[in-house]
Amino acid sequence: MKSGDRPAGPPPAGRRRRHWTRRANPVAGLGSILWLVVVIIPIYAMLSASLTSQDKALTGNPLSPPTDPTLDNYNTVLNSGFGHLLANTVIVAVAVVGIVLALCVPLAYVAVRTRNRWSGLAFRLFLLGVAIPAQAVVVPLYLLIAKLDLYDSLLAVILPTAAFAMPVSVLVLVGTLRDVSEELYEAMALDGASPQRMLFQLAVPMAKGGISTVVIYSALQAWNGFLFPLIFTQSDGPRVLTLGLFNYVSQFGVNIPALLASVVLSGIPIFAVYLVARRALVGGLMGVGGK
Amino acid sequence: MSAPSPTKAPADRPSAEPGPAGAGTEGRPRRSGTATAGRPHAAWALPGVLFFGFFAVVPMGLAFYLSFTSWDGLGDPTPVGLDNWRKLLDDDRMLQSLWLTVLLTVVSWAFQTVIALLLGVWAAGRQRNRAVLSAIFFVPFLLSSTAIALLFYALLDPNFGIIQENILGSSSGAFLAIVFVGGWQFIPFHTLLYQGGARQIPEVLYQAAAIDGAGRHRQFFSITLPQLRHTITTSTVLMVVGSLTYFETVLILTKGGPGTDTAVLPYLMYEAGFKSYDFGYASAIASFLVLAATGLSLILVRLTGFGGMRSTREGM
Repeated sequence: MKSGDRPAGPPPAGRRRRHWTRRANPVAGLGSILWLVVVIIPIYAMLSASLTSQDKALTGNPLSPPTDPTLDNYNTVLNSGFGHLLANTVIVAVAVVGIVLALCVPLAYVAVRTRNRWSGLAFRLFLLGVAIPAQAVVVPLYLLIAKLDLYDSLLAVILPTAAFAMPVSVLVLVGTLRDVSEELYEAMALDGASPQRMLFQLAVPMAKGGISTVVIYSALQAWNGFLFPLIFTQSDGPRVLTLGLFNYVSQFGVNIPALLASVVLSGIPIFAVYLVARRALVGGLMGVGGK
Repeated sequence: MSAPSPTKAPADRPSAEPGPAGAGTEGRPRRSGTATAGRPHAAWALPGVLFFGFFAVVPMGLAFYLSFTSWDGLGDPTPVGLDNWRKLLDDDRMLQSLWLTVLLTVVSWAFQTVIALLLGVWAAGRQRNRAVLSAIFFVPFLLSSTAIALLFYALLDPNFGIIQENILGSSSGAFLAIVFVGGWQFIPFHTLLYQGGARQIPEVLYQAAAIDGAGRHRQFFSITLPQLRHTITTSTVLMVVGSLTYFETVLILTKGGPGTDTAVLPYLMYEAGFKSYDFGYASAIASFLVLAATGLSLILVRLTGFGGMRSTREGM
């Protein structure tokens, strides 16, 4: 983060010796403050309204702080099966991450280490796969899921979500594994190591950065997924958080504070992860851009 | 889990020394000499390929097949030849939807790229205040698209009162709201990509430019932008595919309305399939979407030389 740089504050003309990129930039500074306002106002309005009782929310100014804050809206949401939705979502996310890692790590390893027609073909399949929009396949997937007798189950959400997280994951992993130097493999080969041992003792530890990117990326795909749960599930049993939120619109109707409380609650788990492991999360997501 | 000698490796990584002569080129001549022993069998890739094939590639093929049939979701699909595709070309809603999708893609791309690029380059500086602000800027991305759509659905409600006007009631208002909400959600992520990209631009380039007397704007246009070209490609491909498939925000914010004025392609497909149970027609729209997304990303990749992954790395 800080590379021996003093907190720049506003370094006036006197300190010209700093690198050019490190100079204060008033125009950019102003722009960033503007964007800060754009980011903060909706979040503030959401938090403030979620703490206001329903009748007050409709009469008061939404940008003034709540006069007597209440947690009633949060109680309403928590009593509407929020825990069940959250548990389902966590199950889906964990399963998706597990499947993606189990399938993509060996795949990327082969694509990097074994250069022949088949591994090249497999790699290109995933390169093209990045452009397959999930929307484009929901109709046939619906048919497939129904034929497999998976309709309205968590598996109906997990399996396609994992498949659609694979292309980006493979690209990220191939990008990282390519950086493991050939000499290290050769050294292990001289020791008579099997490909499995090289994978687990060399490639995987060296590709930690890429793997954490894949974990974060696929977990977020599962966490945010909406279309697959919307089309492939129906009942309360396998309902996930995103779909639950969507249903709150009709359930709470005009009770906007309760709706906003549900939005806040849905964000808390990821926000907690962000607070604890901000650097891992941000660094991992940066990896989607290819390091 | 201790690797034999992983300590020396980081020095070999191209990321550590972003010169064109990375470790990759060095290893290449020797590879031919190395025996195939110690290399994994290509079959290791099979489970992943089969899984992806079954849940993504086969359905894509099926979508093309279904686009030549009539199917209500029950019973069996009946072949109807080109009927759905003819309908696609004749349908006024389809034409409007296509235009809306293109417009949404272009406007969102411009909106998100300009802000994300500027913010990302700015955030790449290592000042403390920039780090703090970047941390706050990232918060919207922690909410799911569903949650964000609901948030703005509530905030834009005229009864609620932040904005007294019924923005979602007018065509242009609803469209701009969708663009804005998409930007609010995805700009943090793209800012992050640009921040990562900008941090990898070698400092010496700026020092050399400064010695040559190039000002800040000159440096931005002559160094930063060209150096970021691969990040711009990655970010653009993700944005374009993202905009083509923009769905839950439209469903929650406007339901395609007012009228059909924000019914983008994915929404039209959803309605045709899961509201009107015309799965044949929905599949034709879906197939069209696949062709458009694949074609567009191929063009983008070709134009910018993103396909050669190795050369990409060298630029970064």
